[in-house]
Amino acid sequence: MTESTDAWLRAACADADRRGLPELKPLLEALARSTAALRAADDAHRSVAAPPSSKEHE
Amino acid sequence: VSAPDLRRIADIAPLVRSKKLSPVELVVSCLEEIAAQREVNAFTTVLESSALEEARHADSEMASGGWRGPLHGIPIAVKDLIDVAGTRTTSGSAVPSVEARADAPVVKRLREAGAIVIGKTNLHEFAYGTTSEETAFGPVKNPLDLSRSAGGSSGGSAAALAAGMCFGAIGTDTGGSIRIPSAACGTVGLKPTYGELPIDGIVPLSGSFDHVGPMARSVADAVLLFQAMQGTTPTGGEPSVERLRFGIPQRYFCDRVDDDVASSLRRARTALTEAGHQVVDIEIAHAEWTPDVYLHIMLPEASWYHAPLLERHASSYSPGVRLRLEMGRYVRAEDYVRAQTLREVLRGSVNAAMATSRLDAILLPTLPTAAPPLGAQTVTIAGKPEPIRGAMLRLTQMFNVTGHPSIAFPAGVGGDGMPRGLQLVGREHATSSLLRAALAVERQISGGAGSVGGGTG
Repeated sequence: MTESTDAWLRAACADADRRGLPELKPLLEALARSTAALRAADDAHRSVAAPPSSKEHE
Repeated sequence: VSAPDLRRIADIAPLVRSKKLSPVELVVSCLEEIAAQREVNAFTTVLESSALEEARHADSEMASGGWRGPLHGIPIAVKDLIDVAGTRTTSGSAVPSVEARADAPVVKRLREAGAIVIGKTNLHEFAYGTTSEETAFGPVKNPLDLSRSAGGSSGGSAAALAAGMCFGAIGTDTGGSIRIPSAACGTVGLKPTYGELPIDGIVPLSGSFDHVGPMARSVADAVLLFQAMQGTTPTGGEPSVERLRFGIPQRYFCDRVDDDVASSLRRARTALTEAGHQVVDIEIAHAEWTPDVYLHIMLPEASWYHAPLLERHASSYSPGVRLRLEMGRYVRAEDYVRAQTLREVLRGSVNAAMATSRLDAILLPTLPTAAPPLGAQTVTIAGKPEPIRGAMLRLTQMFNVTGHPSIAFPAGVGGDGMPRGLQLVGREHATSSLLRAALAVERQISGGAGSVGGGTG
């Protein structure tokens, strides 16, 4: 199951804090937005590209 | 017959061959420009003695009847990400580096064609940026306006060309790093098809996006350099004589550009149409996915290479470069694979646009605006501020994602006195056809005048 970008971002920011890199957090927030957009694009692509049989299994 | 343009290799080569100009004179003129314009900060290393020695050798070789071709005795500059035997490949970084034992293949091939390496050029650290400001050697300044960036990451190479410090240069391009500084400095830069030139002996940024290519002051010169970098005899090229068909991609590529860039594109369209070519509007499906696809591939690939260096030398990196490298460690494998899958969709989109509209090339702006001021974090385009890195990459990175060849060239000057640039994108594995089209386009758009950069050296 794909981890949500919100959960990923919380974990990544906590890790950045633990590693003494709090200045990474704004970049991780931007990356989270980009990841959400990437996943939306992937979903859109799959909905068009997937053959009917695989849709039936969803 | 027009007078020779002493900024161009294609015009100088006959003078060198007929001994009206000597390689020593060419090298000395470049060294004088480098010394006179130190504030540009284009070089990390100037190879004064070896360049002079090589020039004297070229002189004596030619005196005894040995002429290797149009690059013989021509001073070129090499981005300091690329190995030149006997010099450290610093990558513009304070991270410890070692002396290269051999030339990178592209350098070796240029030397075999007779070119003289005059120095290593400054760059955005590890090629990881678009402004050439984050570098251990100090920011590269735009020779056309010292308060502005030269673009990046091959900023030193473009600045050196525009300032007359060399006649040709080598750059690398992972998201636009040859084409962006070419647009910023009013010069020409070619990113060939992915895989067309060897990237051995070059510090990687993102292995599946990295390209190496020539930078020059005219398309004709870029052709000569490209041929030599391929390992073939540089003979130059002739402009395409057919009526060509160009497509201008809409929306994502043209919606957010400044008025001067839009004017340059309109003028180019008019000039090409008046010359008998066809220019049509096209759409490239899903182009808006590009930044997200690019980011999720480039970030982890860059972090992979730098992981061992980060463990030992994290504090030696520029803060911004280090943070981008750290960020790549957080990209999930699943998202990397998603991006690679969508990358193929984008490649298919470009191929489909070219096939459906029967295009010889796609014509679009290179940068959405002029070279930004040094230190700027955002740029305002069409009334909307946006982060500088994303804005500078927006129009170039798609063709690193898809691997299509692309050449950037100057296309006029804006109201601010700074150059604006366009790029032509060709079919995959058809870089030679793209160059023939670019020679024709350069003739129509700039009257063959090439770069706005000055200097005779």
